Amino acid sequence: MKKLKLKELESCLQRVDTFESPKLLLEQYPTRPHIAACMLYTIHNTFDDIENKTIADLGCGCGMLSIGSAMLGAGFCVGLDIDADALEIFNSNIEDFELTNVNVVQCDICSLSDSMSNTFDTVIMNPPFGTKHNKGIDMIFLKTALQMAKTAVYSLHKTSTRQHIQKKAAEWEVKMEVLAELRFDLPASYKFHKKKSVDIEVDFIRFSAKKVLN
Amino acid sequence: MKLLTHNLLSSHVPGLRPGGGFPLRIELGHPSELPPEPLPNYEADEEFLRRLHHVLLEVEVLEGSLQCPDSGRRFPISRGVPNMLLTEDEA
Repeated sequence: MKKLKLKELESCLQRVDTFESPKLLLEQYPTRPHIAACMLYTIHNTFDDIENKTIADLGCGCGMLSIGSAMLGAGFCVGLDIDADALEIFNSNIEDFELTNVNVVQCDICSLSDSMSNTFDTVIMNPPFGTKHNKGIDMIFLKTALQMAKTAVYSLHKTSTRQHIQKKAAEWEVKMEVLAELRFDLPASYKFHKKKSVDIEVDFIRFSAKKVLN
Repeated sequence: MKLLTHNLLSSHVPGLRPGGGFPLRIELGHPSELPPEPLPNYEADEEFLRRLHHVLLEVEVLEGSLQCPDSGRRFPISRGVPNMLLTEDEA
């Protein structure tokens, strides 16, 4: 398999179609191709957690992370999301990119609990942060991801929640490594917000799935 | 939806017995080409193995439904995407 360079991966991901009308309450926004490419490149080259592995993308939206994983040689990718409109766009992306090893499931991550324990090698996700009447959803996604993954979970979380996550990681007996600190500029949520976008600091974290309490 | 993906899915209808809701029964518009049970000595049966490989790795269910073995509740599959969401009344 031809080795894909970071710039090439980023170019490819720029072709991924994203949300037509993002739903604010679901915190929908596309993971930027540059960020997705850097994340996936690290996961692949530093940790070898993509090539020939089974991968789950929780809160996949239009599939940026899944498609990137498929391009880096993932064995099989499954994207999970609650929103049918996003999944429709994901489906058309799968067709455009002619991928044969990516599947998509519509479900509510919050009600999966441990029904998919140890079913994937790796979980890669950009979960909702819990800023829209859905406080705590980031931790639900994380806990579910840790139950699903056999080897590792790669996720993005607000830097402001880092200490809380460290506490939980210790409680769940999983190793946590902050791989990078990123800056997201998210589109403004409400019409009365003066700025067009807001900057938030985000941690890119690797959790190694050792043991999670039920 | 590939068979590999179907393998992950289970029904979350409330009130099921522990371990219930799995496996979901796949309902298609047309009958399957596989026999209901593997025949004895299936490892040597080339024709069967070829059909099995095809079903496991190459078939994608585009339209159909998944039926919960315990509650009978059907989860639709449309354009290859199984919809596992419960309605507000069910959840």
